[in-house]
Order: sequence, then structure tokens, then C-alpha cells
Amino acid sequence: MAASTPKPQTGARTLAWVGVYLAALILLGQLVIPQLNPYHTQILILIGINITLAVSLNLVLGFAGQFSIGHAGFMALGGYTSAAMSHYVFEPLVVGQTGLAYGLFVNGYFAASLLSGGIMAAVAGLLVGIPTLRLRGDYLAIATLGMGEIIRVVILNTDLVGGARGFGDIPPWTTFTWVFMIAGICILVVRNLIDSTFGRALIAVREDEDAASAMGINTTRFKVLAFVLGAFFAGVAGGLQGHYIQYLHTNSFTFLRSIEIIVFVVLGGSGSITGSVIAAAVLTILPEFLRVAQSWRMVIYSTLLVVMMLTRPRGLMGGTEFQWSWLLPGRKS
Amino acid sequence: MEQFVQQIINGLSLGAIYALIALGYTMVYGILRLINFAHGDVYMVGAFVGFYVVRWMAPASPSGFGLLIISIAAAMVACGILGFIIERAAYRPLRRAPRLNALITAIGVSLLLENLGQLVFGADPKDFPALVERTTFTLGIITISNIQVIVLLTAVLLTIALQFIVHRTRMGTAMRAVSFSHDAAGLMGININRVISFTFVLGSMLAAAAGILVGLYNPKIDPLMGIMPGLKAFVAAVLGGIGNIPGAILGGVIMGIAETMTVGYLSSTYRDAITFVILVAVLLFRPTGLLGTPQRTKF
Repeated sequence: MAASTPKPQTGARTLAWVGVYLAALILLGQLVIPQLNPYHTQILILIGINITLAVSLNLVLGFAGQFSIGHAGFMALGGYTSAAMSHYVFEPLVVGQTGLAYGLFVNGYFAASLLSGGIMAAVAGLLVGIPTLRLRGDYLAIATLGMGEIIRVVILNTDLVGGARGFGDIPPWTTFTWVFMIAGICILVVRNLIDSTFGRALIAVREDEDAASAMGINTTRFKVLAFVLGAFFAGVAGGLQGHYIQYLHTNSFTFLRSIEIIVFVVLGGSGSITGSVIAAAVLTILPEFLRVAQSWRMVIYSTLLVVMMLTRPRGLMGGTEFQWSWLLPGRKS
Repeated sequence: MEQFVQQIINGLSLGAIYALIALGYTMVYGILRLINFAHGDVYMVGAFVGFYVVRWMAPASPSGFGLLIISIAAAMVACGILGFIIERAAYRPLRRAPRLNALITAIGVSLLLENLGQLVFGADPKDFPALVERTTFTLGIITISNIQVIVLLTAVLLTIALQFIVHRTRMGTAMRAVSFSHDAAGLMGININRVISFTFVLGSMLAAAAGILVGLYNPKIDPLMGIMPGLKAFVAAVLGGIGNIPGAILGGVIMGIAETMTVGYLSSTYRDAITFVILVAVLLFRPTGLLGTPQRTKF
């Protein structure tokens, strides 16, 4: 495992990468995206949202080794909170603003709205995580599944956010740049975390919880922290989805959605951020290609999942990460 | 009071169905330590096999009861074969793999059955034919329909048959031995693969019977009908103590009663939530379930 983790980068290099990434995003968002047709833009945005979800779940499932099937519940909680904040609080504040002021206000408020969704999901993650993470393996999976469903049913019975009718009238603030900025932040945070003492402790917990505990690692603390951070990004992703589709319904957050995210992580290779990114992108596009085989789409998809588990149980990337040296000829490390 | 007793009776017959499905979960878990997520979908296939058998045979056979027995038998055979195939093709190759992989494979098989079901049977709900005309008996303050009686009787009969198989036959002894320790059972000359296959077949047959009973009880069937009852039956198995056969029955009955009580006294929108509230409470306070014995397993 240790051999495959990327070398820690220096702060300056990371900062340079962040700058290049942001500049590229803003350029793409301003120049290229407006030229694309809405269908392609939509697929790109869904890819970005799914990348955030996959990478955040990978922290819990791949790095900490905790099998959680409740990710969609946190996504729902964050999405609804963020949508409610925008709808009830922030949108009235931007009415009447125009031009540059409007742009500044909207983006500032959107950041606050996403953050509130993320924090709400993180708090729920904390409340759910502390008791359930004492459980292991299958029991944890089932408990998180139950928690996710409970969150869903509670939202379904909350009239303030539309209850069974769903929640409409969410301002359309999600843009390409926003989605990939969040995905970038998520990747950066998870990646740097994995390279830290925190990450080593998480991996130790995954490899052997009892041994990690015997080495003096407070396993519960690390598991809960990973869980909370995963929930936070799931919540933010939910916010992005709500502000893109402009409508939320609890039916989009059933345990099937959680499973979809798990599939991204497992097929990409649990414990590989690169794998999660690739799998989220490929598996978002694949069903679009399979539209020709409309009714067979999900059959092919689920068969693929089983066959993949049988033939390549460690996923596409295994536990390895992409490295630039792969692209250089003759210097395979 | 009257309503309370009535809710208990409704809950019992619903619980009997959950218990039948829960038995399959519990047996498979007891032997393989695997949550067979596809089990709820096997139950769905059972309901559809029954549906088609009844549709093909109905003109020839006017007698409802005979047809009911034939459809249950046919569904049990078909699902037994299905359970055998699933174990052989998807789970056996992963017997030595990490448990996470097995769990994800189970989820994959479940999705596969649901989507194949939508393709083969059609995604729209179908009306399960009414095999037995519904009549109700009133005994004092208790009102019970003949369908509820059939459901309860079938469940009790199948449970007794299962208890007989597990405790009185050689195969049952082998099952108990394998669930105790694969390695030790293998050393004693037990063919582990055969025992595991047998367990899957048995569990799937019970699920198939539950599928038909649900068709009688609640005549709408569709390819996604297995998801919720599957989860609830699993919760029932956990509640009773997973791996424990009497526990699965107790858990199923408690879940059924809890659900009808929630619908009767609170609100039907919380019907599914109560399941998960029970689940989380059990896992937090008594992770081994009501009848389960604490075991020291490390995984």
C-alpha cells in the first residue's frame, strides 16, 4: 500500500496546481461551456457531482474501510438544507440586483448556501457516526442504510421543503465552474488528508482495526472524522444537484443512489482517488451510450458490476493513483 | 381494544410473510456470514412464477385451492433452482474473497434480478389473480379472513418442515456443523459446497412461498416489490439474532406487528421508517439481536 501512495507535494507546487486548475475552469466555464449543447453540459455537470460523491465516499469506504450505504441520505440532507437556505433566505436578498453586483452576490450566497448544506450533513454524519461506527462490517452497512432511509422519510414528512410533492423553485445557481471547483476541492482535501498522519491512521484502521487500536490509535475518532468529512462533501454535492435540476425529491435519494455511489468507488478501485474520478466519469457517460439499448441498460450495468467483482475484485485502478511518470516514456516506476 | 386485537392479527399475518423471507437471510448468514441482498428479489421471482403458473393453468383447473398449492410448489422449485444458480455463479467464486466484495456482488445480483425482472415481466404492476374468494370469520371481537388463515397456516407448516429438516435430518446436522465451522466440518467429511448450495435452495424456496402468499394478501406484484420486504425481512433477521432460526420468526412477527401498529395508530407515511428505527435501536443496544448469542468474531 505504502509504495503506491503518491509522494507528498510541497505547498508551493500544490498551490501552483490549484491556480492552473482554477484558471482552466474559469476559462472553460466562460468560453467553451456556453458553446456546448445543453445535453453535453448536463452530462459534464453530473460527472462533476458524481466525482465529488465518489471521492468523498472513497474516504470512508476505501481509505477508512468502513462500509457505509447511507451516502445518499447525507446528500439529501445537504441538498434540501442548501435549497431551503437559497429559497427562503438568499434568493430574496438578490432580487433587484443587476450586473456585476448580482454576480458577486449570487456566487457569495451560493457558497454560503452550499456550505450550510455541507455543515448540516456533517452534523448529521457526526450524530449518525458516533453510535454506528462502533459496529463493524455488515452491521455497519445495515445501520447506515437504516439511517439513510430514516433521513429520507423525515424529509418526506417535512412540509417546509415540500414533503411528498418535492421541493421546487430552487434558484439555478449551479454552473460548470462551481461543480468542478467543488470536485477539485474535494479531491485536494481527501488527497492531502491521505498523505497526512490522519491518513496513515485511517489506513491502519482499514487494514486491521484491532492492531491499529493496539498501536494507540483512537480508531473511533478517526472513523468518525472520516465519516463526517465524507458526509460534508455528500451534502455539498446534494446542494449542487438541487441548484442544477432546480427540483428535489426524496425518490432521488433512496438506497439505490447510495449503491450507485458505492459502485463508482468499488469499480474505480477502493482506496484510489484516480479510480473514483475515472469510474464516476465513465459510469456517468456509459448509461448515455447505452441509451440505444434502453431497456437492457441497467441489466448490462448490473452484470458488469458482478463480473467486475468476480474478475477484478480490486477495481479498475486497484489501490494505485495516477502519476505523471506514467506519461513519460521509458520511466515506468 | 377491538382495533388493537385486529392490528395484532393483521400484523401476525404480515409478520408471517416477513418471517418466511427472514428465514432465508438468517440461514445464509448463519452459514456464509453473507447478507444475501438478492434474497428479496428471489421472493419477487417467486411471486411472478406463481402469477404465470396461475395464468396458464387457470382455465384447466377451476379449483382455487389446488391451483394455489400447484403455484406454490412451482414457485418453490423455480426459486430453488434460481438460488442454486446464484450461489454457484456469483457467490461461490468469492468464498475466499474479502467480505466487502461478496456484499457488493450480492448487491449486483440484486440489481440484476430487478432489472431483468423489469425486462422479462414488464415494469408495470400486475394483478395477482384472486385464487381464493375472500371471506371473513368473526369470533367474538376477532375478525380474520380466510386469506390470513391460509397465510398463517402455510407459514407455520413451512416453519415446522424447516425445523424438521434442520434438526432431524443428516443434511440439517451438516448445515449446523458447517455454520459452526467450515474447516472443522470439512475435516469431518462434510461436503461444504453441497451444504451451502442446499441452504441457498432451501432459503430461496421459502422466499418463493412468501412471494405467493404476498400475491394473495396484497394482489399487486411488480419487479421492484422485493426491495422493501427484503430489507424488512433482513431487519427481522437481525432483530431476532441473525443466524438464529426461531429468532427470524420472532423478528418477522415483531416487525409485522410494529408495522401495522404504526399504520393503525400513527401514520402510514412512517410505515417504512419504523423498520429502520427498530433496526438502528437493535444494532445500538443489542447488536446480536433478541435471541442471538454474543460471539467474538473478527473481520
